[in-house]
Amino acid sequence: MNVGLPHFLTVGAILFALGLFAVMSRRNAIGILMGVELMLNASNINFVAFSRYVEHAVDGQIMAAFVIVLAAAEAAVALAIVLAMYRNFGTANADVVQSLKR
Amino acid sequence: MSDNAILTTALVILGLPLLSYVLTFFFGRMLPRKGDFIGVSFMGAAWILAIRIFICFWKIGDPAYRVEASFTWVDLGSLHLDAGMLVDGMTSVMLMVVTTVSFLVHLYSTGYMHGDRRYERFFAFLGFFTFSMLGIVLSNNLFFLYVFWELVGLSSYLLIGFFFHKHSAANANKKAFLTNRVGDYGFWLGILTFFTVCGTLNYFELFAHVHAGTISGHLLAWAGVGLFMGCVGKSAQIPLHIWLPDAMEGPTPVSALIHAATMVAAGVYMVARLSPLFGATAMLVILYVGAITAFVAATIALVKTDFKRVLAFSTLSQLGYMVMSLGAGDSVNAMFHLTTHAMFKGLLFLTAGSVIHAVHSQEITDMGGLRKKMPITFWTFMIGTLALSGVPGFSGFFSKDGILGSALAFGMTDGHYIPFILGIAAALLTPFYMFRLTFRAFFGKPADQERFDHAHESPWTMTVPLIVLAILSIFVSGFKTADKGWFSKFAVPYDVPAIAAEFHLEASGGHEDVALADEHAAPAHEEPAGEGHETAVSGAEHAEAGHGGHHDVRHTAHIRAMFMSILMVILGIGGAWWVYFMHKVDPSRIQARMSGLYTVLQGQYFFDEFYAATVYRATLWWAAVCAAFDRYVIDGIVNGTGYLTRMMSWASGLFDHYVVDGAVNGVAVALQGAGEGFRRLQTGRVQTYLVYTSASVLVLIVVYKVL
Repeated sequence: MNVGLPHFLTVGAILFALGLFAVMSRRNAIGILMGVELMLNASNINFVAFSRYVEHAVDGQIMAAFVIVLAAAEAAVALAIVLAMYRNFGTANADVVQSLKR
Repeated sequence: MSDNAILTTALVILGLPLLSYVLTFFFGRMLPRKGDFIGVSFMGAAWILAIRIFICFWKIGDPAYRVEASFTWVDLGSLHLDAGMLVDGMTSVMLMVVTTVSFLVHLYSTGYMHGDRRYERFFAFLGFFTFSMLGIVLSNNLFFLYVFWELVGLSSYLLIGFFFHKHSAANANKKAFLTNRVGDYGFWLGILTFFTVCGTLNYFELFAHVHAGTISGHLLAWAGVGLFMGCVGKSAQIPLHIWLPDAMEGPTPVSALIHAATMVAAGVYMVARLSPLFGATAMLVILYVGAITAFVAATIALVKTDFKRVLAFSTLSQLGYMVMSLGAGDSVNAMFHLTTHAMFKGLLFLTAGSVIHAVHSQEITDMGGLRKKMPITFWTFMIGTLALSGVPGFSGFFSKDGILGSALAFGMTDGHYIPFILGIAAALLTPFYMFRLTFRAFFGKPADQERFDHAHESPWTMTVPLIVLAILSIFVSGFKTADKGWFSKFAVPYDVPAIAAEFHLEASGGHEDVALADEHAAPAHEEPAGEGHETAVSGAEHAEAGHGGHHDVRHTAHIRAMFMSILMVILGIGGAWWVYFMHKVDPSRIQARMSGLYTVLQGQYFFDEFYAATVYRATLWWAAVCAAFDRYVIDGIVNGTGYLTRMMSWASGLFDHYVVDGAVNGVAVALQGAGEGFRRLQTGRVQTYLVYTSASVLVLIVVYKVL
């Protein structure tokens, strides 16, 4: 079986959909963060795939490196927020925290 | 004096009383003696200046000499009005008359009005009155004559109603004012007629126009009658005489001023000044009105018991003489009588004031025997009475004789004997009622002992004017008739053709004006070369024209009239002496026997009642009609409009409430609903937002792909 660009994109799309689903459906903020990580990695797969199949293009790889760095930073900040949230509200569940509504 | 100096002096004379009025009116209260010295001293100065002008004209000695100055006051294209002054012999005499009497009245008032609450106001009004009268005298055109004429009306209103807290005085001044309005209406129409036809109001230009025939026929006759109506009102001729007896409600100095020198003289002066403007018909009207007034007023004076009212009716009678003289075409004698009458009637009123001041009553039934208590008042009153009665040697004799002579001459040439008969009858009545007054007030036993005991001679401020006026009453005539004495230097009939030539308005000669000549035998009929422009020739000019025949007629008439009037004086005084001094006849018996006549005379011929039944009733009826019209029609329209407006605003309110407010509220409600709806979207749950975002992205993709 010849593996081509569509296969990579399909994997990326499935991964993105799973991540999105995780973000939408998880109550726990940690779970949501994990979904976000999945979506970021899905996009990374896309970047790398396009970079492999497009002639002389290294932009995708550079972008992927950036995304990885950014994901790390994001995880650090987001976990800090979750920690603060937990301290304030006594829970890590995103649906309980609704103070923006008022 | 140069012409300019004369005019300046005249202007100062006019300004002094005005200045006195202003100063006394505004500052009188703050000044010592309430500022009466201002009025007296200013009038004294005006008097001296008037004497100066008088002497100047005496030296000139030419009655036709005149000084005139005017400037444009209003210039509106076709409408051109001048303001100007005219000084000639007649003016200088009138200035003398007015300032003399006014000055003496001012002086007298310091005594008479002493202690009055509105003392300073009285002097202010006196000044204003004198100013108005001097304005009439000095004006050189009909417009300003009319302006000052109305100011005289106003100031008389203020002075007659000076004791306005008295109901009768408050009514009397209204009566005087309104009655004068009636006459002034005609006067104004006359002025407008002349202005419309001739386009000028300057006296002398008008004379020239009349001479040239610019205005003639019926128009001239009616315009003349209109002008004369002004005289009827101001000079209190029948039928507008009713205000004058009531005007006695004013303080006595005011009566003296109004009845002697100012207000009533204005009418006579006006007609004399404008004599060429009166056509033959107007002259005839004037003649009869004057004669009837002279006689009727004299008969009423016979029965009145109020000291001042007797004098008031004698004033009416004497004014009737003057007007009769004007009507007979003898304006010079009218002015002469005006001058002499101003002196002795001013004197009589001031003595009346002195008497009233002493006994605190105006009824002669409360008096009697005052001769010994008030010697100065008595002797001066006696002189005034003799002058008024026309006793030979006193001033009234010469002037009254001149008038009766002219009336008789007019009768002899034109067949109108009735005015002369009425005049000579009044000449019989005048001494009778005056001596009745004298005998009852000053002779006999005191009717009221208490009043008699309190009576005393008045202070010097009151007696000095009496003495001065008494002296003038004797000497003012110069013991000669008007055409022979000093008066001939100051007033002669206008030389109309010469005036016309001055304005280049000679008679066209050709126009045959028969309208007036037919109505009445115009004097010019007797001229062999009558030439139709008789309307342009006033009776005065005619009578004095110097045609041989006329001169003889006048001479004969004067001699006859003189003897008749002397006879009348003797009869009148003798009758009064017989009845009221010797008590040979009891007046109450005559009164009882002729009770009908007595009632008519005491009721003053029921003129007031007649007016009450006709004019007042008609006026009230008309006022009621107007009121009804006002109430039902005008008010109806106004109320209807109001109702309509209210209904309109009600409808507009409904529209506002439901449509406009509905729209505004509807928008608000819709926005609120939308807000409520959108509010649901904001749940505060992060994942919901993410769902929306994702869904939106999907929708965008789908839309992008489909399109």
